[in-house]
Amino acid sequence: MLTAVLRFVAFRLLQSLIALAILSVVVFVLARATGDPLHMILPMSATAEDYDNARKYLGLDRPYVEQYLSFVGRAVTGDFGNSIRARRPVIELLQARLPNSLKLAAFAMGVSLLLAFPLGIMAAVRKGTGVDRTAQIVSILGQSLPTFWVAIVLVEVVAGRLQWLPAGGNEGFASYILPGFTLGWFVVAGMMRLLRSGMLEVLDSEYVKLARLKGVVETRVVWVHALKNALIPVVTFAGIYFAILVTTAIVVETVFAWPGLGRLAYDGITSRDFPVIQAVVLTTAAIVALVNLCVDCLYAVIDPRIRYAR
Amino acid sequence: MSVIAVPEIGAPVEARAQSRRLPVISLGIIATFVLVAILAPLISPADPYEQALRLRHRPPVWEERGSWSYPLGTDRLGRDLLSRIIHGARVSLAAGVLTVLVASAFGAAVGLVAGYYGGRVDATLMRVTDATLSFPVILLALILAVTVGPSFGNVVIAIAVILWARYARVIRGQVLTLMQLDFIAQARIAGAGAWRVITRHLLPNTLNTLVVLVTLQIGYVIIVEASLSFLGAGIPPPTPAWGGMIAEGRDVVTSAWWVSFFPGLAILLVVLAFNLLGDWLRDTLDPRLRQL
Repeated sequence: MLTAVLRFVAFRLLQSLIALAILSVVVFVLARATGDPLHMILPMSATAEDYDNARKYLGLDRPYVEQYLSFVGRAVTGDFGNSIRARRPVIELLQARLPNSLKLAAFAMGVSLLLAFPLGIMAAVRKGTGVDRTAQIVSILGQSLPTFWVAIVLVEVVAGRLQWLPAGGNEGFASYILPGFTLGWFVVAGMMRLLRSGMLEVLDSEYVKLARLKGVVETRVVWVHALKNALIPVVTFAGIYFAILVTTAIVVETVFAWPGLGRLAYDGITSRDFPVIQAVVLTTAAIVALVNLCVDCLYAVIDPRIRYAR
Repeated sequence: MSVIAVPEIGAPVEARAQSRRLPVISLGIIATFVLVAILAPLISPADPYEQALRLRHRPPVWEERGSWSYPLGTDRLGRDLLSRIIHGARVSLAAGVLTVLVASAFGAAVGLVAGYYGGRVDATLMRVTDATLSFPVILLALILAVTVGPSFGNVVIAIAVILWARYARVIRGQVLTLMQLDFIAQARIAGAGAWRVITRHLLPNTLNTLVVLVTLQIGYVIIVEASLSFLGAGIPPPTPAWGGMIAEGRDVVTSAWWVSFFPGLAILLVVLAFNLLGDWLRDTLDPRLRQL
C-alpha cells in the first residue's frame, strides 16, 4: 500500500521534472537561436578581438551542453540574470510580484469553488428546471467571454461609472473583488459542468437508490452520499484548472494593473526583456507542475484505483 | 435476420428530443462570420488600414456625432471599426481553424498509433503527451513572441504544439476500447496490416469524438489567440485582430467605449456559437464525452 503510493509519487515527480527540463531546453535554444547576445551588450565600435574576449569572459565559447547546464544551475538557485529594462536582478522583481499573484489566484479559486458547488449541485438535483438553465448559461458564458474584455467592462462600469470598487492596483480586500471575480468566472464553467455531470451520474447509481430506500434524508443523500463521489473528477481536474487560472491571470492582471507576475510578463513583452519573460515562464511552469503533482498525489490517496491503473 | 432491440440508455426521451433540435442560431452565427471573413474585401465599407486623424474616436451611428460613414465608430487613428472587425474575422477564424486542424491531425495520429501498438510505444507516447498537457499554452507563445517576434504563424505554432496532446489522450482512450472489439480482431485475422486497421477501422470509429473536440476547441483557440494579441504577443499591428483591437481601446474606454466593446462582442458571439454547437454535437454524437 505505502510502497504503491511512494512509487506513484516518485513517478509523477519524475514526470514533472521531465516536463520542466523540456521547457528549459526550449527557453535556452530559443534564447541562443535568436541572435548573438553580444550584439546587445557590446558597443558598435567593438572589434573582433573584443568579441572574442567578451565571449570567453561570459562563457559563451564553451560547448552548448555546458552552457545549458550552467544556465539550469543558475536558474535553480534563483539567478535569472538582470532585467534589461529595470536594470535589476530578475529575482528581485519576482520576489516582489510572486506573492501578489499567488494571493489573487487563491482568491479566484475560492470564488470559483463558492460559485461552482451550489450551482453545479443544484443544476443536477433540479435537472431541466430554471436553476439548471441558469447554471448552464453562467457556465457557457464563462467559457465564451474573453476574460480581458470582461475585465475592461467591469473596470469601466463597476469601478468607473458606479465607483463601487477600485479599478486597479492592490490596496486591500476591495481590490481583489473585480480581478478575482473575472478569473473565477472563467474557471467556474468547467468545474460546474464536471460537478453537474458527476452528480447526475452518481444520483442515478444503485447505492444512492439504496440510501434513499433506507430512508436517508434527501439533503444528506445529495450533500454527503452523492457529492463525495461526484467530487472525484473535480479533484482530478483541479490541477488543470489551477494551470488555466495562473496563465489566464497574466491577461487579467494586465487590465487591473495588479502588481503580479502577469503585469511583469506584459511589460517584459513590450520591452522585449528576455530574462524577465524567461523567469516568469519557468517560475509559472514550476508552480503549475508542483500544484499538479500535489493534486495527483492527493487523488491517488483518495482513489486507489488510480495507482493500480498505472 | 434478427432485429436486436437496443434499450434506451441515459437521458429520458423528451430531454433527448430537445437536445437533438438543430442549433440553428449557432450555425447561423458561424455561417455569417465565415461568409464575412471570406468576403471581407467585398463587403467591408472602408479600407481597414486607412487612417483619418481628423476623424479619431468617432462614436457609432446611433450616438450623437455619429454618422453612417462609420456605423460602429472609429478608433484612435480614425480607422473604420466595422471594417476592422470584418477583416479581423479572417484572422480569428483562420487562427482557430488552422490551429485546431494541425493539432487534431497530429494528436489523432499519435493517439491512434499509441492505442494500436500499445506496450512500450504507448507508454512512451503517453509520457510525452502528459508532459505536453502540463505546459501552459500562453507561456510558450510569450517566449516565441519575445524571441522570434510576434506573428500569425508563431501563434498557430505555439498553440498547436500544446493542443495536440488533448486529442492524443482522448483518441488513444477510445482506440484502447475499440481494440477489444471483435471486428478489429477479424480484420487482423483477414490479413489487414497496421495501416489498414488504423485508417479503415479505427479512424472512422473515432471521427465522432474528433468532430466534437474540434468544434469545442475552435472557440478556445479563438480566445487564446485574442488573449495573445491583447498582450502584444499575437498578431502584430496594424493587422486587424480582435484581441489587439480591444487592447488599443483599453486606455480610452471611458471616452470611447466602442473601440474595445465591439471587437469583444464579436469574439463572444463566435466563441459562444462554437461552444453551443460543440455541446450539441457532443450530446448528439457522443454522450460519453460529457466531461470534455
